[in-house]
Amino acid sequence: MNESGNNWSEASASSRSSVHKWTTGWVVSCGLAAFGPRVFWDYEPLISIAFVLLSLGVGAGMVLANGRHLRQMDELQRQIFLDAGALSLGVGMVVGCTYEILEDIHLITFEPEISHLVILMCLSFLIGLVNGNRKYQ
Amino acid sequence: MKNRLKVLRAERDWTQAKLAEELEVSRQTINAIEKGKFDPSLPLAFKAARLFAMTIEEIFEGE
Repeated sequence: MNESGNNWSEASASSRSSVHKWTTGWVVSCGLAAFGPRVFWDYEPLISIAFVLLSLGVGAGMVLANGRHLRQMDELQRQIFLDAGALSLGVGMVVGCTYEILEDIHLITFEPEISHLVILMCLSFLIGLVNGNRKYQ
Repeated sequence: MKNRLKVLRAERDWTQAKLAEELEVSRQTINAIEKGKFDPSLPLAFKAARLFAMTIEEIFEGE
């Protein structure tokens, strides 16, 4: 096996693992910041601030890990990833704005939730990845 | 873009995975290039040319 090729495979697996760890950490820290005040520390402001800052810090780590992972990908993987990102961003922006307008013009009675937009963006990103992978199979 | 990667690989009895390792890309990328579904970048084309000791034009052919 070519040593540099082997290195590339190992580096690729390592960056994937890093993204996985940072993302898991961010989800956990986000969950703690959101539910911890009610469940664990009775809305103690200092602890809440600490966990919000922790969540932001781990989130920044996740973004950096994603950037490193993107640079580590080969050109086809990067193309698929960027196409999926463009789809997710476009869908998020267009549907997000429309969703917000729906409440303003009284077509929906509930307040739009940011979590709905996050779910939509994640789903559209996943669809983009699946489509991209199928396209280049 | 047409190319001779599959033929060159077969002449050396290499698998797609082996060629992918040599070029430091995924096997999926080699498969997509061989099938003409994905055009490689100039650096990757140069890398392939160096690997097979050929010119880019001898491997890749514009349509």
